[in-house]
Amino acid sequence: MKKMDKELRVMALDGLAGPMTRRGFIKRAGAAGLLVGASGFIAACGGGETTTTAAAGGGTQELAKEIYFYNWSDYIAEDTIPNFQEEFGVKVVYDNYSSNDTLLAKLQSGATGYDIIVPTDYMITTMLGLDILQEIDLDNVPNVANLYQRFREAPFDPGNKYSIPWQWGTTGIGYNSAKVTDWVDSWDMLWNEAYSGKITMMSEIRDVFAVALFRLGYSPNTRDAAQIEEAKQMLIEQKSLLKHYTSDTYIDELASEDAWISHGWSGDVFQAQLENEAVMYSVPNEGSLTWVDSMCIPKDAPSKHTAEVFMNYIHRPEVAAGISNYVYYASPNEAAEEFISSEILEDPQIYPPQETMDKLVFLEELGEDTELYNTAYQELRAS
Amino acid sequence: MTKPAENGMAEASASAILGQNAGPLSRAIGRLRGHSFAVANLLMAPTMLWLLLFLALPLGVILVYSFGGRGTYGDVIYGFSFDNYSRAFSPLWLPVILRSFGFAAIATLLTLAMGYPLAYFIAVYGGRRKNIYLILVMVPFWTSYLIRTYSWIVILRSQGVVNTLLQWANIIDQPLDLLNTPFSVILGLTYGFLPFMTLPLYASLEKLDKSLIEAAWDLGASRIWALLTVTIPLSIPGIIAGTLLVFIPAVGDFVTPDLLGGPDTLMIGNVIQQQFLAARDWAYGSALSFSLMAILLLGIFFYVRKVGTENLA
Repeated sequence: MKKMDKELRVMALDGLAGPMTRRGFIKRAGAAGLLVGASGFIAACGGGETTTTAAAGGGTQELAKEIYFYNWSDYIAEDTIPNFQEEFGVKVVYDNYSSNDTLLAKLQSGATGYDIIVPTDYMITTMLGLDILQEIDLDNVPNVANLYQRFREAPFDPGNKYSIPWQWGTTGIGYNSAKVTDWVDSWDMLWNEAYSGKITMMSEIRDVFAVALFRLGYSPNTRDAAQIEEAKQMLIEQKSLLKHYTSDTYIDELASEDAWISHGWSGDVFQAQLENEAVMYSVPNEGSLTWVDSMCIPKDAPSKHTAEVFMNYIHRPEVAAGISNYVYYASPNEAAEEFISSEILEDPQIYPPQETMDKLVFLEELGEDTELYNTAYQELRAS
Repeated sequence: MTKPAENGMAEASASAILGQNAGPLSRAIGRLRGHSFAVANLLMAPTMLWLLLFLALPLGVILVYSFGGRGTYGDVIYGFSFDNYSRAFSPLWLPVILRSFGFAAIATLLTLAMGYPLAYFIAVYGGRRKNIYLILVMVPFWTSYLIRTYSWIVILRSQGVVNTLLQWANIIDQPLDLLNTPFSVILGLTYGFLPFMTLPLYASLEKLDKSLIEAAWDLGASRIWALLTVTIPLSIPGIIAGTLLVFIPAVGDFVTPDLLGGPDTLMIGNVIQQQFLAARDWAYGSALSFSLMAILLLGIFFYVRKVGTENLA
């Protein structure tokens, strides 16, 4: 779940081929400027003739010449798509988005033609509510058997009827251990006046409120207006300590030590860590959010069957492991464990121990009560 | 509709776009008018069709949305209620709106203060190199606005170019907080919109009849007096076009405060963007957009009437 606010930023990034973590963005910005026009797609060979394959359990069905895959930016291994194209002769047109909001806005405004999208847990509930997803034929995706049990019975989609998980992670705090010497694993650190001006918060409405709600000992999915109000007051107090609200630039800011304490996603913080060894990741003791991004098929997808074949390919143990080894997020695929580098598998920040797992909560879509959060967030930002 | 102000506006923007005196064009249109309406309509058709499809129609859709509401999952529920408008004009947004207008006004004044001498220089002293100077003014457009805004992050951040230089020169010991402040947002807006000010000013100064200035000098006006009473009044159409071209997009900008701003630099453009994305309340976002548009239109109307008629009548 790697978000950037503006689609344009994604476009700029897409222009850059090869291994790419977002931390390289500023440096490559110049190149991106030149390439923006030609961006958006990894147009690798493939295509041409139609191939047939024996779909597991479902007889023989023709594969489409190409499928359209719409995923988060920097969220796939280098060889994932080329290997699929080579083996199945199906061209994968790969396009990126920056946030669940962008994805939904695009689908709602009638952008069609995508075969696979990768929304986050609570967004799947939203999309089901809007009736824009279609059921997956699991006969074509026998590799779901490789998933951990808890991803086969996720609360937002038990039985994987509409979604096959892609990668998962946690939300926490990235901090600079050289600058912040009195670190404790608590959300309180985001209110520590000693680090005024060096603290960043994410800009997603529910994520921001989750921090204050955890700190207050409430559920991040509360529908209680009084609790949300209390959280809002707490966040208003915090405002004067903040550098800014950001859901993407904090990677660079942690790396360059412009920010010392950043509310952010696990994998993003690990990217900052690659550049600056002092950067650490922490899941606060009060509890935190976990999330899983899952592959779904929109209602009007042109090549549903081929999309299912692709999903099945993704959950071959070695393919799933390849993605985790590359993007530093945890895989929902249990069978992939033996192919995931021990460095990642044994990292408690990527694969948290059971006691941490017990404190992790999914954000839930709250329907009409979302308004409570929207209003409170507007009051927070306008204050 | 032949108010002098509007003519001035139209001419200023037309010449800004064409980069030349609009005289021959209007003569040609005059001849066409004499000949046949059909030809004139044919000439207008592509633009009209374009505006209808990509301006009038979307505006209509937004207008319809603005009277609706938010569905459970963020879809638009059609209806007819003024709820969104009463929310849009709630006192909650007053500081945000004032800030947006304030930032945009400062940026407009700064671009005017920098753009006018620059445009004057190119128009009067540019000589054979005029086109080179003009191209230099436009060069930044060759790079995406986003990339240019990102470069300001690199320049302004605590380990950025400015702070590193100042620390190296022993002028400061601790890095200055330049980024994520109102300063950085106004700087970003000023930098980004400077060409929009310079080009119409140039167009208006370039076609200015130099003999009028010489006449002022001959009649005993000092250089400054001639500038104030002859040159500047004659370039009013350029000033109007330039200030509008800078002010309007600056008020509604959301990219600059988003990238260069801090927790206290929220502008109205950010609020509208949040409604369409994060809050998924398109109806409210539409009402906010329309309200902003209405305020701007009203402001422009009075501005052009005042500045325009006083100086062009």
